[in-house]
Amino acid sequence: MTDSNTYNYKVVRQFAIMTIVWGVVGMAVGVFIAAQLAWPALNFDLPWLSFGRLRPLHTNAVIFAFGGSALFATSYYVVQRTCHARLCSDKLAAFTFWGWQTVIVSAAITLPLGITSSKEYAELEWPIDILIAVVWVSYAWVFFGTILKRKIKHIYVANWFYGSFIITVAVLHIVNSMALPVSLTKSYSAYAGVQDAMIQWWYGHNAVGFFLTAGFLGMMYYFVPKQANRPVYSYRLSIIHFWALVFTYIWAGPHHLHYTALPDWAQSLGMTMSIVLLAPSWGGMINGMMTLSGAWHKLRSDPILRIMIVSLSFYGMSTFEGPMMAIKTVNALSHYTDWTIGHVHSGALGWVALISLGCLYYMIPRLYGREIYSVKLIEVHFWVSTIGIVLYIASMWVSGIMQGLMWRAANDDGTLTYSFVETVQAMHPFYIIRFLGGAMFLLGTLVMVYNIWKTIAGSKPVIAPIPLPAAAH
Amino acid sequence: MSIILSAWTVVVFVMFIGITIWAWSGKNKKNFEDAAQIPFDDDDEIAKDSEELNNG
Repeated sequence: MTDSNTYNYKVVRQFAIMTIVWGVVGMAVGVFIAAQLAWPALNFDLPWLSFGRLRPLHTNAVIFAFGGSALFATSYYVVQRTCHARLCSDKLAAFTFWGWQTVIVSAAITLPLGITSSKEYAELEWPIDILIAVVWVSYAWVFFGTILKRKIKHIYVANWFYGSFIITVAVLHIVNSMALPVSLTKSYSAYAGVQDAMIQWWYGHNAVGFFLTAGFLGMMYYFVPKQANRPVYSYRLSIIHFWALVFTYIWAGPHHLHYTALPDWAQSLGMTMSIVLLAPSWGGMINGMMTLSGAWHKLRSDPILRIMIVSLSFYGMSTFEGPMMAIKTVNALSHYTDWTIGHVHSGALGWVALISLGCLYYMIPRLYGREIYSVKLIEVHFWVSTIGIVLYIASMWVSGIMQGLMWRAANDDGTLTYSFVETVQAMHPFYIIRFLGGAMFLLGTLVMVYNIWKTIAGSKPVIAPIPLPAAAH
Repeated sequence: MSIILSAWTVVVFVMFIGITIWAWSGKNKKNFEDAAQIPFDDDDEIAKDSEELNNG
């Protein structure tokens, strides 16, 4: 067999394995900083173990290292499989793998050292930003180059979602990272004042919308139908879903800047478009879930499908909660409280992580030519992690709403009822519950690591042939 | 500049209406049903004997 009539599974395997590795690292850092919030002595008075430095390490590791590797792995798998074409360049694909790992390692070194541009979710300094841009353009080249050489006439909807994610993230990253370097490790944003804030949250919310949503919806549109063994509920709805999502998401950023120096009209616009977003989000979720219409019994026997469908339930929950929190009067209570942290984790653990792990359970047996070692352990993983998520978000709801109410409570004479430290003290038990929830999610992932290890140990990598043209329509 | 931006919003909105009509028009029904089958067009069952594939 020559390369030209087989799929490039090597780069998919590399990214799939690193997804699990970085997932464990990122989640472990998260559990550690959750413990620091409950027991502050855990920073050991060392600057590089302080919460302020480890928190961006956690967010970068889970979003860009874990989520990013999952997106690379699944997009390379799906684009080849649905185009009946090998990746257009093996060398460039290998460069995206090694380049992305270099970015991750650089982040893991610079962030604990306190080297940061201090833009949330865009903390990395300018030399790393340039490397990200180069890797990302190469990624776009590999992905769209493969689409160009496809043997299937129609571009399957999953590829539309992956494609929009790749293009949008390139634009967001390059525009938001514009900066004036003053040394190798220090730069200043090219923007100032409220414009800087608005560009940052145009970036920030679309990182949620495209990095953490569109790409993972690409996973949904391929892996949920495959695992359920039935076509997506409505292909027409998927088209409306795609265009509605990309047209709407781009406007939602200002809801991060309610009651700030941002002009009121921009705040109201951001709020309105955030509420409109409920429609495409739920349209997509319903499309994914209804794929099981007539085959709901599979949820009883197939834990992989259950992980995927529960992830869609969390997607539905967090995309209902998000528009609600974007309403200015609700935001007045929720903003800057733990409620936001709970909301983010219902999306990040419930939706993004679970759908990624479900897709890995689907892909790894096909990449290594082995049935999964233990279906029972997938069940264990599912329950331990799901209970962990529920503990996490429920504790943050209670803690966050209490925090918001205590902050705004005032006595008859107008003075504040509670001092700040009283609110911190009140949150302490919930910080411990959150730590336990996060630890359970990590424990579930470690069960998966064992299961995957037993599955692939001693296996030989699969070389998958591309179907002959006669098989295509 | 603001006229162009306002006009663009209207253009995008009209485009979206157009896409909706196109997606739901009767003549495209068959094409979309075929498109939904694309993931099932290739055989990616878990290879029972990966060694054979490797030697093949």
